Amino acid sequence: MLRYIIRRLLYSITLVVGVMMILFILYHVMGGSEMAILRMTGKHATQEQIDSLKAQYGFDKSRGRQLLELFRQCITFDFGRSLTTRQKITSMIAQGAIPSLSLMAPAFFITVILAIIVSLFCAYKRNSLFDRILVVLAVAGMSVSIMAYIILGQYLLAYKWKLFPISGYEPGLQALRYIILPALIYVSVAIGSELRLYRTFMLNEVNQDYVRTARAKGCGTSRLLFKHVLKNAMIPIITQVVITIPFLIMGSLLLENFFSIPGLGNMSIEALGNWDYPVLKAVTYLGSLMFIGGNLLSDILYSLVDPRIRLE
Amino acid sequence: MFQKPGRNRHSLWFVAFRQIARNKLALTSLVVIVIYVIIGLGVQLGFVAKDYNTKHKAPMELLSGDVKMMFLEYAHPSVQFWFGTDIFGRDVFQKTLYGVRTALMIGVITSLIAIPIGLVLGAVAGYFGGIVDELVVWFYSALASIPPLLLILTLSLIFGRGLKGVYLAIGLTSWVTLCRLVRGEVIKLKTVEYVQAAKAVGAGHARIIFLHIIPNVFHLVIINFTLRFCYAIKAEVILSYLGIGVELGQPSWGNMIQSARQELQRGVWWQFGAATLAMFFIVLAFNLFGDALRDALDPRLKSRQ
Repeated sequence: MLRYIIRRLLYSITLVVGVMMILFILYHVMGGSEMAILRMTGKHATQEQIDSLKAQYGFDKSRGRQLLELFRQCITFDFGRSLTTRQKITSMIAQGAIPSLSLMAPAFFITVILAIIVSLFCAYKRNSLFDRILVVLAVAGMSVSIMAYIILGQYLLAYKWKLFPISGYEPGLQALRYIILPALIYVSVAIGSELRLYRTFMLNEVNQDYVRTARAKGCGTSRLLFKHVLKNAMIPIITQVVITIPFLIMGSLLLENFFSIPGLGNMSIEALGNWDYPVLKAVTYLGSLMFIGGNLLSDILYSLVDPRIRLE
Repeated sequence: MFQKPGRNRHSLWFVAFRQIARNKLALTSLVVIVIYVIIGLGVQLGFVAKDYNTKHKAPMELLSGDVKMMFLEYAHPSVQFWFGTDIFGRDVFQKTLYGVRTALMIGVITSLIAIPIGLVLGAVAGYFGGIVDELVVWFYSALASIPPLLLILTLSLIFGRGLKGVYLAIGLTSWVTLCRLVRGEVIKLKTVEYVQAAKAVGAGHARIIFLHIIPNVFHLVIINFTLRFCYAIKAEVILSYLGIGVELGQPSWGNMIQSARQELQRGVWWQFGAATLAMFFIVLAFNLFGDALRDALDPRLKSRQ
């Protein structure tokens, strides 16, 4: 067991190194950072000004030194300061995580619960008219652009009918007022694909041998679904949920931007607009790190539940 | 899994074709896709949406007094302008039609970038195994760990605003799904008799991969090609909304939706509605058709039914 965990951990570390390399290619080889320098100096800068800025941010060093510096930043979580706000990036991220999480966690939780209930129902009445209509509806919902949901939701519910504030955020309990509408929009955007995925998980279980055995022993349909099928289908569903959690902390870039919620998503969009590459680099790295961590966690949880995996 | 005798003479493609021909939803979707492709080709060849960029002038009687209405801005939908006009008096209907070309181009060109990468890397990794396999898997796992939207946004910013940036950003980041599927399939395929036989008669690695293995995973490419249109079209809208997508002069659904945010408050809903609807039908059609293709072409799913 311990050997398995250590092996997975080592593999995850190589993945983190891979992410660092990709970030290096993006910002230091393909010129992401130099673009930022050019942006800061403007069109009419002299070569000396450009050179002094390059020296200040360490772009005059060799590629190898730059890579080492990136590794140092990633390992110590010291990404320096933002180019625009001059704040420390680590404290910016710490501040942004709370609004992001308070929007995304409830929204995601509601989506998952709803999707589980409806997909169980679909599996129960599979291939009935109800099931088919729901599947088509789910696909239709997936086919609408997220921008359409946001723009229309904000316009109708907040601007026209004045049910919610148009945008903004306040910390504490007051946040609830501002979060309901974006959360609602998140649920309607995400429910289609989750529902379809969970339905496949449920249907995978419905055709298993243990279901036939249970039926042969005289188990009723509802008991079969809720006790046997749901329990087994929960394994892939939980994996799916664990993998999604990092994205919850990252927040939704578009929702936060539209509703002016000062979370990590909004921060990334603003950093993109100002080409504030140290912030972007830090947020991207952190997001990847959490994704890899989430995967590692779900692998370990899996191996605790199912001993066969450890042998692979 | 046991097939009835006599069924074997039908190839995978024939059985799949028959299955899709019976599926009304899939056929309808195919018709929608074909209509869009015809529109897109028409725009490309100059038959359709010729004057998408014409700024229609306001009629003379409206120009009395203050001369602010130079162009027929925000005309309501009418017989002349089916979906009304935009702020510069351009016909929204023609802009929407032009957007079909933009959307299809994005789907096709990102596929031309992503599919070869995914196919070749997946096939090579699965075929050779060992250290090659581990390197490929390591690379795409690392790439897939990066939040996708942030990766695309950063890339398109680096490549600069414009269609080229959109193509490269979406193309270079969306090959991982196909690569994974191909790799898994090739690992299974390389122990199959015909591959063993090719090896025994002295076929080289390249010949086995490109002539024997890739044709047999090509159904995965077809499914991926269909479904990735949905992804590419949706990604374009987000990129254009954030101002790092298609250039403003070129009509695209993303650009139209971007202008719609301010327009809605003035009661101008037609540009938003036209772009959203045009996008909805094609993405829905690609989604449904892609699903039908997957059901028809993926043998593993077939055995489950």
